Amino acid sequence: MWPPKGNHMGLPLQRKIMEQIIFYILAAATVIATVFSITERHAVHAIVYLVTSFFALAVIFYLLGAPLVAVFEVIIYAGAIMVLFMFVIMMLDLGHPEKVGTPGIRDWWPALVLAGVVFAAIVTIVAAATGSPAAGQAIGVREFALVLFQRYGVAIEIISMQLLFALVGALYLGRRQGKGEKP
Amino acid sequence: MSNATLDIILLLAKIALVFFVILTMAAYLVLAERRILAWIQDRKGPNRVGPQGLLQPLADVIKMLTKEDVRPAGADKWLFYLAPAMAAIPAILTFAVIPFGAPVILFGRELPLVISDLNVGLLFFMALSSIAVYGVAIGGWASNSKYALLGSIRGLAQLISYELSMGLSLVPAVMLSRSFRLSDIVNAQAHVPFIVYQPLAFIIFLISIAAECKRIPFDLPEAEGELVAGFHTEYSGMRFGLFFVGEYINVIVLGGLAASFFLGGWHGPWLPAPVWFIVKVLAFAVFFIWMRGTLPRLRYDQLMHFGWKVLTPLALINILVTGWWLMLR
Repeated sequence: MWPPKGNHMGLPLQRKIMEQIIFYILAAATVIATVFSITERHAVHAIVYLVTSFFALAVIFYLLGAPLVAVFEVIIYAGAIMVLFMFVIMMLDLGHPEKVGTPGIRDWWPALVLAGVVFAAIVTIVAAATGSPAAGQAIGVREFALVLFQRYGVAIEIISMQLLFALVGALYLGRRQGKGEKP
Repeated sequence: MSNATLDIILLLAKIALVFFVILTMAAYLVLAERRILAWIQDRKGPNRVGPQGLLQPLADVIKMLTKEDVRPAGADKWLFYLAPAMAAIPAILTFAVIPFGAPVILFGRELPLVISDLNVGLLFFMALSSIAVYGVAIGGWASNSKYALLGSIRGLAQLISYELSMGLSLVPAVMLSRSFRLSDIVNAQAHVPFIVYQPLAFIIFLISIAAECKRIPFDLPEAEGELVAGFHTEYSGMRFGLFFVGEYINVIVLGGLAASFFLGGWHGPWLPAPVWFIVKVLAFAVFFIWMRGTLPRLRYDQLMHFGWKVLTPLALINILVTGWWLMLR
Protein backbone atom coordinates (compact mmCIF):
# COMPACT_ATOMS: atom_id res chain seq x y z
CA MET A 1 0.00 0.00 0.00
CA TRP A 2 1.43 3.36 -0.94
CA PRO A 3 1.72 5.77 0.76
CA PRO A 4 1.55 3.87 4.06
CA LYS A 5 -1.55 4.83 5.98
CA GLY A 6 -1.65 6.09 9.52
CA ASN A 7 0.92 7.95 11.51
CA HIS A 8 3.87 7.22 9.25
CA MET A 9 2.70 10.35 7.48
CA GLY A 10 3.87 12.34 10.49
CA LEU A 11 7.48 11.39 9.79
CA PRO A 12 8.19 12.53 6.24
CA LEU A 13 11.90 13.14 6.78
CA GLN A 14 12.60 9.81 8.44
CA ARG A 15 10.63 8.05 5.76
CA LYS A 16 12.57 9.82 3.06
CA ILE A 17 15.89 8.85 4.61
CA MET A 18 14.74 5.24 4.99
CA GLU A 19 13.63 5.18 1.38
CA GLN A 20 16.96 6.52 0.23
CA ILE A 21 18.92 3.97 2.25
CA ILE A 22 16.79 1.14 0.88
CA PHE A 23 17.11 2.52 -2.63
CA TYR A 24 20.90 2.61 -2.52
CA ILE A 25 21.10 -0.90 -1.08
CA LEU A 26 18.82 -2.17 -3.84
CA ALA A 27 20.64 -0.21 -6.53
CA ALA A 28 23.96 -1.67 -5.41
CA ALA A 29 22.46 -5.16 -5.37
CA THR A 30 21.05 -4.69 -8.87
CA VAL A 31 24.32 -3.44 -10.34
CA ILE A 32 26.50 -6.04 -8.63
CA ALA A 33 24.17 -8.92 -9.55
CA THR A 34 23.98 -7.75 -13.16
CA VAL A 35 27.76 -7.46 -13.45
CA PHE A 36 28.15 -10.95 -12.01
CA SER A 37 25.53 -12.32 -14.37
CA ILE A 38 27.60 -11.01 -17.28
CA THR A 39 31.00 -12.15 -16.03
CA GLU A 40 29.84 -15.52 -14.68
CA ARG A 41 30.85 -18.28 -17.11
CA HIS A 42 28.37 -20.77 -15.77
CA ALA A 43 24.95 -20.39 -17.38
CA VAL A 44 22.88 -21.52 -14.38
CA HIS A 45 24.80 -19.26 -12.00
CA ALA A 46 24.33 -16.37 -14.40
CA ILE A 47 20.58 -17.01 -14.34
CA VAL A 48 20.52 -16.94 -10.55
CA TYR A 49 22.39 -13.62 -10.56
CA LEU A 50 20.05 -12.19 -13.16
CA VAL A 51 17.00 -13.24 -11.15
CA THR A 52 18.51 -11.53 -8.09
CA SER A 53 18.97 -8.41 -10.17
CA PHE A 54 15.34 -8.52 -11.37
CA PHE A 55 14.17 -8.91 -7.81
CA ALA A 56 16.08 -5.88 -6.56
CA LEU A 57 14.86 -3.93 -9.57
CA ALA A 58 11.27 -4.90 -8.80
CA VAL A 59 11.57 -3.53 -5.27
CA ILE A 60 13.02 -0.30 -6.70
CA PHE A 61 9.93 -0.02 -8.91
CA TYR A 62 7.79 -0.52 -5.83
CA LEU A 63 9.68 2.23 -4.00
CA LEU A 64 9.10 4.56 -6.95
CA GLY A 65 5.36 4.04 -6.59
CA ALA A 66 4.73 1.49 -9.33
CA PRO A 67 3.60 -1.70 -7.54
CA LEU A 68 2.07 -3.14 -10.70
CA VAL A 69 5.30 -2.80 -12.67
CA ALA A 70 7.20 -4.31 -9.74
CA VAL A 71 4.98 -7.38 -9.65
CA PHE A 72 5.04 -7.81 -13.43
CA GLU A 73 8.82 -7.59 -13.37
CA VAL A 74 8.89 -10.60 -11.06
CA ILE A 75 6.07 -12.57 -12.72
CA ILE A 76 7.22 -12.11 -16.30
CA TYR A 77 10.98 -11.70 -16.20
CA ALA A 78 12.08 -13.56 -13.09
CA GLY A 79 9.24 -16.06 -13.04
CA ALA A 80 8.58 -16.87 -16.69
CA ILE A 81 11.41 -15.88 -19.03
CA MET A 82 14.27 -16.88 -16.75
CA VAL A 83 12.52 -20.15 -15.90
CA LEU A 84 12.29 -20.93 -19.61
CA PHE A 85 16.01 -20.12 -20.00
CA MET A 86 16.74 -22.49 -17.16
CA PHE A 87 14.51 -25.15 -18.68
CA VAL A 88 16.39 -24.94 -21.99
CA ILE A 89 19.79 -25.02 -20.27
CA MET A 90 18.79 -28.11 -18.29
CA MET A 91 17.21 -29.89 -21.23
CA LEU A 92 20.09 -29.21 -23.61
CA ASP A 93 22.77 -29.76 -20.96
CA LEU A 94 24.48 -26.43 -21.60
CA GLY A 95 25.91 -26.00 -18.14
CA HIS A 96 29.54 -26.67 -19.03
CA PRO A 97 31.59 -23.51 -18.57
CA GLU A 98 34.84 -25.20 -19.58
CA LYS A 99 33.58 -25.58 -23.14
CA VAL A 100 32.87 -21.86 -23.57
CA GLY A 101 35.64 -19.85 -25.25
CA THR A 102 36.61 -16.35 -24.19
CA PRO A 103 34.80 -13.77 -26.34
CA GLY A 104 37.17 -11.76 -28.56
CA ILE A 105 36.93 -8.17 -29.77
CA ARG A 106 34.76 -9.29 -32.71
CA ASP A 107 32.08 -10.46 -30.28
CA TRP A 108 32.41 -7.36 -28.17
CA TRP A 109 32.07 -4.43 -30.54
CA PRO A 110 28.24 -4.40 -30.99
CA ALA A 111 27.81 -4.45 -27.23
CA LEU A 112 30.38 -1.67 -26.85
CA VAL A 113 28.64 0.51 -29.46
CA LEU A 114 25.25 0.01 -27.81
CA ALA A 115 26.67 0.69 -24.36
CA GLY A 116 28.22 3.89 -25.72
CA VAL A 117 24.86 5.02 -27.13
CA VAL A 118 23.06 4.30 -23.86
CA PHE A 119 25.75 6.03 -21.84
CA ALA A 120 25.61 9.12 -24.08
CA ALA A 121 21.82 9.20 -23.70
CA ILE A 122 22.09 9.02 -19.89
CA VAL A 123 24.67 11.81 -19.84
CA THR A 124 22.44 13.98 -22.04
CA ILE A 125 19.39 13.37 -19.85
CA VAL A 126 21.24 14.05 -16.62
CA ALA A 127 22.80 17.20 -18.04
CA ALA A 128 19.47 18.47 -19.33
CA ALA A 129 17.48 17.59 -16.20
CA THR A 130 16.31 20.43 -13.99
CA GLY A 131 15.59 19.54 -10.40
CA SER A 132 14.74 16.09 -9.11
CA PRO A 133 12.24 13.96 -10.99
CA ALA A 134 8.79 13.73 -9.48
CA ALA A 135 8.61 10.45 -7.62
CA GLY A 136 6.48 8.90 -4.92
CA GLN A 137 3.10 9.43 -6.57
CA ALA A 138 1.76 5.90 -6.53
CA ILE A 139 -0.08 4.60 -9.57
CA GLY A 140 -2.84 2.17 -8.71
CA VAL A 141 -3.98 -0.77 -10.79
CA ARG A 142 -7.08 1.03 -12.03
CA GLU A 143 -5.28 4.17 -13.25
CA PHE A 144 -2.59 2.04 -14.86
CA ALA A 145 -5.15 -0.11 -16.70
CA LEU A 146 -7.15 2.91 -17.87
CA VAL A 147 -4.10 4.61 -19.36
CA LEU A 148 -2.83 1.37 -20.85
CA PHE A 149 -6.05 0.32 -22.57
CA GLN A 150 -7.56 3.71 -23.42
CA ARG A 151 -4.67 5.92 -24.39
CA TYR A 152 -2.38 3.19 -25.70
CA GLY A 153 -5.09 0.68 -26.60
CA VAL A 154 -4.22 0.46 -30.29
CA ALA A 155 -0.52 0.03 -29.57
CA ILE A 156 -1.29 -2.75 -27.10
CA GLU A 157 -3.42 -4.54 -29.68
CA ILE A 158 -0.71 -4.24 -32.34
CA ILE A 159 1.95 -5.56 -29.95
CA SER A 160 -0.21 -8.51 -28.93
CA MET A 161 -0.89 -9.29 -32.60
CA GLN A 162 2.86 -9.24 -33.23
CA LEU A 163 3.44 -11.64 -30.38
CA LEU A 164 0.78 -13.90 -31.86
CA PHE A 165 2.53 -13.76 -35.26
CA ALA A 166 5.81 -14.71 -33.59
CA LEU A 167 4.09 -17.59 -31.83
CA VAL A 168 2.46 -18.92 -34.99
CA GLY A 169 5.74 -18.46 -36.88
CA ALA A 170 7.67 -20.41 -34.26
CA LEU A 171 5.05 -23.14 -34.38
CA TYR A 172 5.35 -23.32 -38.17
CA LEU A 173 9.15 -23.44 -38.12
CA GLY A 174 9.24 -26.00 -35.33
CA ARG A 175 6.73 -28.29 -37.01
CA ARG A 176 7.93 -31.75 -37.92
CA GLN A 177 8.38 -32.21 -41.66
CA GLY A 178 7.09 -35.77 -42.05
CA LYS A 179 3.33 -35.89 -42.61
CA GLY A 180 2.66 -39.29 -41.14
CA GLU A 181 4.76 -38.65 -38.04
CA LYS A 182 2.92 -38.00 -34.84
CA PRO A 183 3.94 -34.60 -33.41
CA MET B 1 6.04 5.05 23.68
CA SER B 2 5.26 6.87 20.48
CA ASN B 3 2.64 5.81 18.01
CA ALA B 4 5.15 4.67 15.39
CA THR B 5 6.98 2.45 17.88
CA LEU B 6 3.72 0.82 18.94
CA ASP B 7 2.82 0.27 15.29
CA ILE B 8 6.12 -1.41 14.59
CA ILE B 9 5.84 -3.61 17.69
CA LEU B 10 2.30 -4.67 16.74
CA LEU B 11 3.41 -5.46 13.22
CA LEU B 12 6.35 -7.54 14.41
CA ALA B 13 4.13 -9.35 16.89
CA LYS B 14 1.69 -10.12 14.10
CA ILE B 15 4.46 -11.46 11.86
CA ALA B 16 5.87 -13.59 14.69
CA LEU B 17 2.42 -14.99 15.48
CA VAL B 18 1.68 -15.86 11.86
CA PHE B 19 5.11 -17.44 11.45
CA PHE B 20 4.65 -19.56 14.57
CA VAL B 21 1.11 -20.63 13.70
CA ILE B 22 1.99 -21.58 10.13
CA LEU B 23 5.10 -23.55 11.08
CA THR B 24 3.20 -25.39 13.80
CA MET B 25 0.30 -26.10 11.46
CA ALA B 26 2.73 -27.39 8.82
CA ALA B 27 4.42 -29.68 11.35
CA TYR B 28 1.11 -31.08 12.54
CA LEU B 29 -0.16 -31.39 9.01
CA VAL B 30 2.65 -33.88 8.43
CA LEU B 31 1.43 -35.90 11.39
CA ALA B 32 -2.20 -35.55 10.30
CA GLU B 33 -1.28 -36.75 6.83
CA ARG B 34 0.50 -39.82 8.19
CA ARG B 35 -2.36 -40.66 10.55
CA ILE B 36 -5.12 -40.11 8.00
CA LEU B 37 -3.27 -42.04 5.31
CA ALA B 38 -2.72 -44.85 7.78
CA TRP B 39 -6.42 -44.80 8.61
CA ILE B 40 -7.35 -44.93 4.92
CA GLN B 41 -4.94 -47.82 4.39
CA ASP B 42 -6.11 -49.67 7.54
CA ARG B 43 -2.84 -49.18 9.45
CA LYS B 44 -2.12 -47.45 12.75
CA GLY B 45 0.37 -44.78 11.72
CA PRO B 46 2.81 -43.04 14.10
CA ASN B 47 1.23 -43.29 17.57
CA ARG B 48 4.19 -43.85 19.91
CA VAL B 49 5.67 -40.41 20.66
CA GLY B 50 3.34 -38.75 23.15
CA PRO B 51 -0.41 -39.37 23.36
CA GLN B 52 -1.72 -40.51 19.95
CA GLY B 53 1.69 -39.62 18.48
CA LEU B 54 1.11 -35.91 19.08
CA LEU B 55 4.79 -35.23 19.81
CA GLN B 56 5.93 -36.95 16.61
CA PRO B 57 6.61 -33.62 14.77
CA LEU B 58 8.96 -32.59 17.59
CA ALA B 59 10.82 -35.89 17.37
CA ASP B 60 11.06 -35.47 13.59
CA VAL B 61 12.53 -31.99 13.93
CA ILE B 62 15.15 -33.20 16.42
CA LYS B 63 15.99 -36.11 14.16
CA MET B 64 16.41 -33.89 11.11
CA LEU B 65 18.46 -31.26 12.91
CA THR B 66 20.91 -33.82 14.30
CA LYS B 67 21.38 -35.73 11.06
CA GLU B 68 24.53 -35.38 9.01
CA ASP B 69 24.31 -32.71 6.34
CA VAL B 70 25.52 -34.61 3.27
CA ARG B 71 26.57 -32.94 0.04
CA PRO B 72 27.24 -35.15 -3.02
CA ALA B 73 30.77 -34.94 -4.39
CA GLY B 74 29.85 -33.46 -7.77
CA ALA B 75 27.25 -31.04 -6.45
CA ASP B 76 27.31 -27.31 -7.06
CA LYS B 77 28.11 -26.18 -3.53
CA TRP B 78 26.35 -22.84 -3.17
CA LEU B 79 23.26 -23.61 -5.20
CA PHE B 80 22.90 -26.96 -3.45
CA TYR B 81 22.84 -25.15 -0.11
CA LEU B 82 20.59 -22.34 -1.31
CA ALA B 83 17.87 -24.36 -3.05
CA PRO B 84 15.93 -25.56 0.04
CA ALA B 85 15.59 -21.97 1.21
CA MET B 86 14.44 -20.97 -2.27
CA ALA B 87 11.68 -23.56 -1.96
CA ALA B 88 10.52 -22.68 1.54
CA ILE B 89 10.75 -18.86 1.58
CA PRO B 90 8.29 -18.00 -1.24
CA ALA B 91 5.75 -20.38 0.29
CA ILE B 92 5.76 -18.65 3.64
CA LEU B 93 6.07 -15.14 2.16
CA THR B 94 2.83 -15.61 0.26
CA PHE B 95 0.93 -15.64 3.51
CA ALA B 96 1.81 -11.96 3.95
CA VAL B 97 -1.09 -10.91 1.72
CA ILE B 98 -3.76 -13.32 2.98
CA PRO B 99 -6.31 -11.72 5.34
CA PHE B 100 -7.15 -14.18 8.13
CA GLY B 101 -9.72 -12.19 10.06
CA ALA B 102 -11.76 -9.02 10.36
CA PRO B 103 -9.80 -5.99 11.60
CA VAL B 104 -9.63 -5.94 15.41
CA ILE B 105 -9.40 -2.96 17.76
CA LEU B 106 -6.25 -3.15 19.88
CA PHE B 107 -4.81 -0.34 22.07
CA GLY B 108 -7.35 2.06 20.60
CA ARG B 109 -6.34 1.50 17.00
CA GLU B 110 -7.63 -0.64 14.20
CA LEU B 111 -5.36 -3.59 13.47
CA PRO B 112 -6.05 -5.36 10.18
CA LEU B 113 -5.54 -9.12 10.49
CA VAL B 114 -3.30 -9.33 7.44
CA ILE B 115 0.40 -8.62 7.39
CA SER B 116 0.52 -6.46 4.28
CA ASP B 117 -2.67 -5.63 2.43
CA LEU B 118 -1.02 -4.90 -0.92
CA ASN B 119 -3.16 -3.41 -3.66
CA VAL B 120 -1.58 -5.98 -5.98
CA GLY B 121 -1.94 -8.83 -3.48
CA LEU B 122 -3.19 -11.38 -5.97
CA LEU B 123 -0.35 -10.59 -8.36
CA PHE B 124 2.11 -10.76 -5.47
CA PHE B 125 0.94 -14.33 -4.89
CA MET B 126 1.36 -15.12 -8.60
CA ALA B 127 4.87 -13.63 -8.52
CA LEU B 128 5.93 -15.68 -5.53
CA SER B 129 4.43 -18.86 -6.92
CA SER B 130 6.38 -18.31 -10.13
CA ILE B 131 9.55 -17.80 -8.06
CA ALA B 132 8.95 -20.99 -6.09
CA VAL B 133 9.89 -22.91 -9.24
CA TYR B 134 13.56 -22.08 -8.67
CA GLY B 135 13.81 -24.14 -5.49
CA VAL B 136 12.73 -27.25 -7.38
CA ALA B 137 14.77 -26.49 -10.49
CA ILE B 138 18.02 -25.52 -8.81
CA GLY B 139 17.76 -28.17 -6.08
CA GLY B 140 17.55 -30.92 -8.67
CA TRP B 141 20.16 -29.46 -10.96
CA ALA B 142 22.75 -28.65 -8.30
CA SER B 143 22.59 -32.19 -6.86
CA ASN B 144 24.36 -33.50 -9.98
CA SER B 145 22.24 -36.63 -10.02
CA LYS B 146 20.19 -38.11 -12.85
CA TYR B 147 17.10 -38.76 -10.77
CA ALA B 148 17.18 -35.31 -9.22
CA LEU B 149 17.66 -33.63 -12.60
CA LEU B 150 14.79 -35.56 -14.17
CA GLY B 151 12.61 -34.68 -11.20
CA SER B 152 13.43 -31.02 -11.43
CA ILE B 153 12.82 -30.87 -15.18
CA ARG B 154 9.44 -32.49 -14.65
CA GLY B 155 8.79 -30.09 -11.79
CA LEU B 156 9.68 -27.06 -13.91
CA ALA B 157 7.41 -28.08 -16.77
CA GLN B 158 4.54 -28.95 -14.43
CA LEU B 159 4.75 -25.81 -12.34
CA ILE B 160 4.90 -23.38 -15.24
CA SER B 161 2.06 -25.17 -17.04
CA TYR B 162 -0.32 -25.20 -14.10
CA GLU B 163 0.60 -21.70 -12.99
CA LEU B 164 -1.05 -20.51 -16.18
CA SER B 165 -4.40 -22.18 -15.51
CA MET B 166 -4.18 -21.14 -11.86
CA GLY B 167 -3.72 -17.49 -12.81
CA LEU B 168 -6.49 -17.63 -15.42
CA SER B 169 -8.92 -19.23 -13.00
CA LEU B 170 -8.44 -16.29 -10.64
CA VAL B 171 -9.39 -13.68 -13.24
CA PRO B 172 -13.18 -14.13 -12.68
CA ALA B 173 -12.69 -13.52 -8.94
CA VAL B 174 -10.95 -10.25 -9.79
CA MET B 175 -13.67 -9.33 -12.29
CA LEU B 176 -16.38 -9.91 -9.68
CA SER B 177 -14.65 -8.03 -6.87
CA ARG B 178 -13.07 -5.38 -9.13
CA SER B 179 -9.82 -5.44 -7.16
CA PHE B 180 -6.49 -7.24 -6.83
CA ARG B 181 -6.44 -6.55 -3.10
CA LEU B 182 -7.19 -9.72 -1.16
CA SER B 183 -9.15 -7.97 1.58
CA ASP B 184 -11.41 -6.44 -1.11
CA ILE B 185 -11.89 -9.85 -2.70
CA VAL B 186 -12.81 -11.35 0.68
CA ASN B 187 -15.14 -8.48 1.53
CA ALA B 188 -16.90 -8.80 -1.83
CA GLN B 189 -17.93 -12.28 -0.67
CA ALA B 190 -19.47 -11.14 2.60
CA HIS B 191 -22.91 -12.43 1.57
CA VAL B 192 -22.36 -14.89 -1.29
CA PRO B 193 -19.00 -16.64 -1.75
CA PHE B 194 -17.68 -16.65 -5.31
CA ILE B 195 -17.90 -20.44 -5.52
CA VAL B 196 -21.63 -19.96 -6.15
CA TYR B 197 -21.01 -17.80 -9.22
CA GLN B 198 -17.81 -19.48 -10.32
CA PRO B 199 -17.92 -23.24 -9.65
CA LEU B 200 -15.86 -23.95 -12.78
CA ALA B 201 -13.14 -21.46 -11.83
CA PHE B 202 -13.05 -22.99 -8.35
CA ILE B 203 -12.56 -26.50 -9.72
CA ILE B 204 -9.83 -25.33 -12.11
CA PHE B 205 -8.12 -23.49 -9.26
CA LEU B 206 -8.36 -26.52 -6.99
CA ILE B 207 -6.80 -28.84 -9.59
CA SER B 208 -4.11 -26.28 -10.37
CA ILE B 209 -3.10 -25.78 -6.76
CA ALA B 210 -2.93 -29.55 -6.29
CA ALA B 211 -0.44 -29.52 -9.16
CA GLU B 212 1.35 -26.47 -7.75
CA CYS B 213 2.06 -28.14 -4.44
CA LYS B 214 3.05 -31.35 -6.24
CA ARG B 215 0.53 -33.58 -4.50
CA ILE B 216 -0.81 -36.87 -5.79
CA PRO B 217 -2.15 -37.20 -8.51
CA PHE B 218 0.37 -34.57 -9.69
CA ASP B 219 3.44 -35.70 -7.77
CA LEU B 220 5.53 -36.60 -10.83
CA PRO B 221 8.52 -34.41 -9.81
CA GLU B 222 9.03 -36.68 -6.80
CA ALA B 223 7.50 -39.93 -8.03
CA GLU B 224 8.99 -42.51 -5.67
CA GLY B 225 8.51 -45.45 -7.99
CA GLU B 226 10.51 -43.93 -10.84
CA LEU B 227 12.77 -41.19 -9.50
CA VAL B 228 13.72 -42.31 -5.95
CA ALA B 229 12.55 -38.99 -4.45
CA GLY B 230 12.78 -36.69 -7.45
CA PHE B 231 14.42 -33.31 -7.11
CA HIS B 232 15.31 -33.74 -3.41
CA THR B 233 16.84 -37.21 -3.72
CA GLU B 234 20.32 -36.07 -2.64
CA TYR B 235 19.27 -33.94 0.31
CA SER B 236 19.50 -35.05 3.91
CA GLY B 237 18.84 -33.63 7.35
CA MET B 238 17.24 -30.24 7.72
CA ARG B 239 17.82 -29.30 4.07
CA PHE B 240 15.45 -32.08 3.10
CA GLY B 241 13.31 -30.88 6.01
CA LEU B 242 13.04 -27.42 4.46
CA PHE B 243 11.83 -28.87 1.15
CA PHE B 244 9.41 -31.05 3.05
CA VAL B 245 8.06 -28.35 5.36
CA GLY B 246 7.96 -25.92 2.43
CA GLU B 247 5.56 -28.27 0.68
CA TYR B 248 3.24 -28.41 3.68
CA ILE B 249 3.42 -24.65 4.16
CA ASN B 250 2.46 -24.45 0.50
CA VAL B 251 -0.58 -26.65 1.16
CA ILE B 252 -1.68 -24.34 3.99
CA VAL B 253 -1.04 -21.16 2.03
CA LEU B 254 -2.76 -22.38 -1.12
CA GLY B 255 -5.67 -23.60 0.98
CA GLY B 256 -5.87 -20.15 2.53
CA LEU B 257 -5.85 -18.55 -0.90
CA ALA B 258 -8.54 -20.90 -2.20
CA ALA B 259 -10.63 -20.02 0.84
CA SER B 260 -10.04 -16.31 0.27
CA PHE B 261 -10.77 -16.35 -3.44
CA PHE B 262 -13.78 -18.66 -3.57
CA LEU B 263 -15.11 -19.54 -0.11
CA GLY B 264 -15.42 -16.07 1.39
CA GLY B 265 -12.17 -16.11 3.41
CA TRP B 266 -12.86 -15.44 7.09
CA HIS B 267 -16.56 -14.67 6.56
CA GLY B 268 -18.96 -17.09 8.19
CA PRO B 269 -21.76 -17.23 10.71
CA TRP B 270 -21.48 -17.78 14.52
CA LEU B 271 -17.78 -18.55 14.86
CA PRO B 272 -15.12 -15.80 15.15
CA ALA B 273 -13.40 -14.85 11.89
CA PRO B 274 -9.92 -16.43 12.35
CA VAL B 275 -11.55 -19.70 13.40
CA TRP B 276 -13.58 -19.79 10.19
CA PHE B 277 -10.43 -19.12 8.23
CA ILE B 278 -8.52 -21.94 9.90
CA VAL B 279 -11.46 -24.31 9.46
CA LYS B 280 -11.57 -23.61 5.72
CA VAL B 281 -7.79 -23.99 5.37
CA LEU B 282 -7.84 -27.30 7.23
CA ALA B 283 -10.73 -28.51 5.10
CA PHE B 284 -8.56 -27.99 2.01
CA ALA B 285 -5.61 -29.70 3.69
CA VAL B 286 -7.73 -32.73 4.61
CA PHE B 287 -9.11 -32.81 1.09
CA PHE B 288 -5.57 -32.95 -0.32
CA ILE B 289 -4.61 -35.72 2.10
CA TRP B 290 -7.72 -37.67 1.21
CA MET B 291 -6.95 -37.25 -2.47
CA ARG B 292 -3.46 -38.60 -1.86
CA GLY B 293 -4.87 -41.66 -0.17
CA THR B 294 -7.35 -42.29 -2.98
CA LEU B 295 -6.00 -41.42 -6.40
CA PRO B 296 -3.25 -42.94 -8.55
CA ARG B 297 -0.54 -40.85 -10.20
CA LEU B 298 -1.07 -39.37 -13.67
CA ARG B 299 1.20 -40.25 -16.56
CA TYR B 300 3.48 -37.42 -17.68
CA ASP B 301 1.82 -36.83 -21.08
CA GLN B 302 -1.62 -36.94 -19.43
CA LEU B 303 -0.46 -34.27 -17.00
CA MET B 304 0.74 -31.94 -19.75
CA HIS B 305 -2.26 -32.50 -22.01
CA PHE B 306 -4.67 -31.97 -19.16
CA GLY B 307 -3.03 -28.69 -18.17
CA TRP B 308 -2.63 -27.19 -21.62
CA LYS B 309 -5.51 -28.68 -23.58
CA VAL B 310 -8.26 -28.89 -20.96
CA LEU B 311 -7.73 -26.57 -18.01
CA THR B 312 -6.29 -23.53 -19.80
CA PRO B 313 -8.93 -23.34 -22.59
CA LEU B 314 -11.69 -23.96 -20.05
CA ALA B 315 -10.38 -21.14 -17.86
CA LEU B 316 -10.24 -18.80 -20.88
CA ILE B 317 -13.82 -19.64 -21.88
CA ASN B 318 -14.88 -19.11 -18.31
CA ILE B 319 -13.34 -15.63 -18.31
CA LEU B 320 -15.16 -14.80 -21.54
CA VAL B 321 -18.51 -16.03 -20.21
CA THR B 322 -18.01 -14.14 -16.96
CA GLY B 323 -17.30 -10.99 -18.96
CA TRP B 324 -20.52 -11.38 -20.97
CA TRP B 325 -22.50 -12.12 -17.84
CA LEU B 326 -21.14 -9.03 -16.08
CA MET B 327 -21.95 -6.88 -19.13
CA LEU B 328 -25.53 -8.16 -19.44
CA ARG B 329 -26.31 -8.14 -15.74
